[in-house]
Amino acid sequence: MDFTLWDIVRNLITGLQWTLALSLVAFAGGAAVGLLVMVMRISDHGLPRNLARTWIDLFQGTPLLMQLFLVFFGGALLGHDISPWAAAAIALTLFTSAYLAEIWRGCVEAIPRGQWEASATLALNRYEQLRHVVLPQALRIAIAPTVGFSVQVVKGTAVTSIIGFTELTKTGGMIANATFEPFLVYGLVALGYFLLCYPLSLSARYLERRLHAAA
Amino acid sequence: MAYRFDFQPVLAHTDLLLKGAFFTLELTAIGAVLGVALGILGGVSRAWRLRPFAQVFGVYVELVRNTPFIVQLFFIFFGLPSLGVQLSEWQAAVLAMVLNLGAYSTEIIRAGIQAVPHGQFEAAAALAMTRAEAFRHVVLKPALGKVWPALSSQIIIVMLGSAVCSQIATQELSFWANFIQSRNFRAFETYLLTTLVYLLMAIAVRLLLNWIGRRFIMRNR
Repeated sequence: MDFTLWDIVRNLITGLQWTLALSLVAFAGGAAVGLLVMVMRISDHGLPRNLARTWIDLFQGTPLLMQLFLVFFGGALLGHDISPWAAAAIALTLFTSAYLAEIWRGCVEAIPRGQWEASATLALNRYEQLRHVVLPQALRIAIAPTVGFSVQVVKGTAVTSIIGFTELTKTGGMIANATFEPFLVYGLVALGYFLLCYPLSLSARYLERRLHAAA
Repeated sequence: MAYRFDFQPVLAHTDLLLKGAFFTLELTAIGAVLGVALGILGGVSRAWRLRPFAQVFGVYVELVRNTPFIVQLFFIFFGLPSLGVQLSEWQAAVLAMVLNLGAYSTEIIRAGIQAVPHGQFEAAAALAMTRAEAFRHVVLKPALGKVWPALSSQIIIVMLGSAVCSQIATQELSFWANFIQSRNFRAFETYLLTTLVYLLMAIAVRLLLNWIGRRFIMRNR
């Protein structure tokens, strides 16, 4: 069977859509879990703080591939045969949460101590201080590095091809095997990721510059 | 029916895990030395806007940082043979790691060089330093000192990322983990122990790099 260039591109675009879907799910899930981990990480109490620190160290200190395998095979042990799509979404969510928690902690800690103290004198409790005074200011600093990190999430999805999730890289592998044109196909796969990631990188840089100009 | 964990079938292959771990460390060591060397070339070219190297490194940095490591690896291992460049699986792994780290360290080191105040070059000239001496003591060492923690983190990220090299049959740690679980069918236990080995390696490499930083890079500061 012969493949035209359009056949290759058409199939890669289908794979690209799954890469995009997984990236969005992982980023949204990672942001939700990451916010929780970040709040625990800056807690006054030792237990949640240490739990959060351990969480971050575990996910930052081990390969994403191993995290993926553990979710994939661990889910099966719990009696649920877990699909590659679910395993990919869960593992990437956990991975993303650890990095976002650490990035956001840095942003929260960049807000001067006096802001916490001032809001404490206004009789706000610790949650209210964070919610109404510190987070809105931290958000401004957090946008650029968060957008920058989203590039790592998109690239991280490529590893899920190994457990058989048919996103862009996996699709590319199958097409390369069918067409015997690995140079062309992997080149196009790389181009696909570049088209997703480069705009994110550029916006992160732009946002960073704008923030520094404002400061 | 509760699952019974059994680590014995994995521990029986400790020798293979150790072999893989040492190979991962070797790949990382070669990748780190060559990658940081490439990063110094790139960082200097970019910081001093040396034409045409600054532009070439600029394109290279964007290409590498905006595509996944595993795709770079596949492109090198499966794609390059069509151009007549046939690399063995460990050579492809090393090349991919060097190119990947080189791109990130170019940006890290560029930032370090730009953070060195210009007056220091003039001071070096006033002290009658040769250009080579000035480069080494006034540019490189302070720049590396400033960015050493970021560079260390990037080296560890590349080491952990090298786990995907098992996909082209590079015989590093995750390759042997795959091998062991295909023999004993204890996938979860095998990968759990392997993950632990990676974690210990990340901690050990971090300590080593911190020590190197204190001993050789960030002295007199």
